[in-house]
Amino acid sequence: MRDVAIVAFAQTAHRRRTDELSEVELLMPVLHEVLGATGLRANEIGFTCSGSADYFAGRAFSFTMALDGVGAHPPISESHVEMDGAWALYEAWVKIQTGEADTALVYSYGKSSPGRVRDVLTRQLDPYYLAPLWPDSVALAALQAQALIDAGATDEPALAEVAARNRTAAVGNPHAQLTGDVPAGDYLVRPLRTGDCPPIGDGAAAVVLAAGDTARALCARPAWIRGIDHRIEAHGLGVRDLTDSPSARLAAQRAGAFERPVDTAELHAPFTSQEVVLRKALGLGDDVRVNPSGGALAANPVMAAGLIRLGEAAARIHRGESDRALAHATSGPCLQQNLVAVLEGESTHA
Amino acid sequence: MSDILSAPLVVEFPFTRSLGPVQSAFLTGLRERTVLGVRTEGGTVLVPPVEYDPVTANEISDLVEVAPTGTVTTWAWNPDPRRDQPLGTPFAWVLVRLDGAGTALLHALDAPGPDTVRTGMRVRIRWAATRTGAITDIACFEPCDGEPVSTEPAPHTGEFADPVTGIVAPARLDYVHTPGRAQSAYLTALEGHRTVGERCPACRKVYVPPRGVCPTCGVATAEQVEVGPRGTVTTFCIVNIKAKNLDIKVPYVYAHIALDGADLALHGRIAGIPYDQVRMGLRVEPVWTEDARHPDHYRPTGEPDADYDTYKELV
Ligand SMILES: [Zn+2]
Repeated sequence: MRDVAIVAFAQTAHRRRTDELSEVELLMPVLHEVLGATGLRANEIGFTCSGSADYFAGRAFSFTMALDGVGAHPPISESHVEMDGAWALYEAWVKIQTGEADTALVYSYGKSSPGRVRDVLTRQLDPYYLAPLWPDSVALAALQAQALIDAGATDEPALAEVAARNRTAAVGNPHAQLTGDVPAGDYLVRPLRTGDCPPIGDGAAAVVLAAGDTARALCARPAWIRGIDHRIEAHGLGVRDLTDSPSARLAAQRAGAFERPVDTAELHAPFTSQEVVLRKALGLGDDVRVNPSGGALAANPVMAAGLIRLGEAAARIHRGESDRALAHATSGPCLQQNLVAVLEGESTHA
Repeated sequence: MSDILSAPLVVEFPFTRSLGPVQSAFLTGLRERTVLGVRTEGGTVLVPPVEYDPVTANEISDLVEVAPTGTVTTWAWNPDPRRDQPLGTPFAWVLVRLDGAGTALLHALDAPGPDTVRTGMRVRIRWAATRTGAITDIACFEPCDGEPVSTEPAPHTGEFADPVTGIVAPARLDYVHTPGRAQSAYLTALEGHRTVGERCPACRKVYVPPRGVCPTCGVATAEQVEVGPRGTVTTFCIVNIKAKNLDIKVPYVYAHIALDGADLALHGRIAGIPYDQVRMGLRVEPVWTEDARHPDHYRPTGEPDADYDTYKELV
């Protein structure tokens, strides 16, 4: 296996709407920022991979427009996943492992503002038994929350504390959309209140990956990807135990997360109840700093929020604030798909 | 921000899907008020059924009939139903394990309020008056009394007269599209019958229509440049098949046109000249119709043809 690290991370200020910006206009500043941080020029990048979903813009092949922002002419080695950018990062990591590239630019973006994100996300469900009923993303998360409450794993005050802790942490995050003292609010779908749900917004993020000595040359303290894995569960919600996340646990195990304790975890838990599930599945104790960025409860640009978890975890290692961090991304309803990466700063591995 | 355009955008599609044998039996069964599940190799009865075992991934097709009554395994109260959801009045989303089944089915529960719903409550199917072989043949669940039916689910052949072999699942999503700064400026200029592009600060090329970025340099463009109105045909094709709802006689010519001052060709229809006389290098100008948002077509200017060297980079 090659040593591969995240060497730079950038994200937009996430906002409720960005009407004045097309997708590529939203994305370009973060592309320039990550390239600027490494000193790499666009034509020096070995592989480019992006994550986004056309359903948010309501236009087919919208990602090809965004590709203009990386300077895709003359032709570059490029790929796209119709998923969160965390999975684009996984593809880029594989590409570097194969030896076909030494550096990779990974970016993702999501503009939720043009449509109704709760409705849009119903289109990712099983089209025979689920999608015709239009169960929105909040409704599905609420079913999971109630299952947790019934199981005695949490209650509404505990969920409110999750929300408060994340959004208080986000006060220190200049990119966050929703920070500080946010009211619990009314039930959106009971037992979830508005405060248990992520803000709806637009945003983009980008990271640069590099292998071995290239990473050392580009970054003072690279965030080495010691392990990365992603797993999926059955799509039928009624087949799964919604109070657990065996796929997150397995991904974490395969990524090596349980071999040594982590000091930080960036969890992609858009709903408070999902943090409860993930903490248990990943065995995170109170000594682990969970979501110092504020997590997805503070900013949830869909399709970028998972990549941002990897970027935030890496940035803490870059700054020397973490030595070993777990980064998690999710996709699909009720934590159906989970990706876990373990990132380390060099000194702890010596 | 007032110079940023926006417009409603509706995306509608009738998803037309074929069914495999198990899904066909299940959905046909719903039409006939019969709920079928499928037994896995491990003995669990999956309702709704799938064709592959979620544990072993082996094909499964051992159908059984389960009861139309069941138990709520989890629920969520929906105070504000959204368009196309099963009920228009406040309802509970429920996962229901039908008697005889080992897994739960997602649907809606018609109940007076959240205080009347709990995990473990007994419910039964309320059938839709008109059933077509779709999950919506279950109108919703409703509360009922009675203990779970404990008998083994009976084997079922899955055979029905006139089986449902496909579904059409209509979908509609509503958006408000905003094209961003660069395209808004382009569209606004078109209203005045002007075409504006943007110049790349790095390579100095002028892109039209502008997208706010140079695809070669990957940098933002901002300097507006008026191009045209005249231009040169760089390449073209002859269209022989009439498009639906398009009131243009075939054959006609569709061309790439490099407007004067632009470094990217845009496309348009060529008219005012027999289709078989259109050629590369032909000089053309836009023809606008009343209230149009873009040129209706381009016609020859009568100028001599452009020299190939002047547009070869744009072909
Ligand atoms: Zn340029």
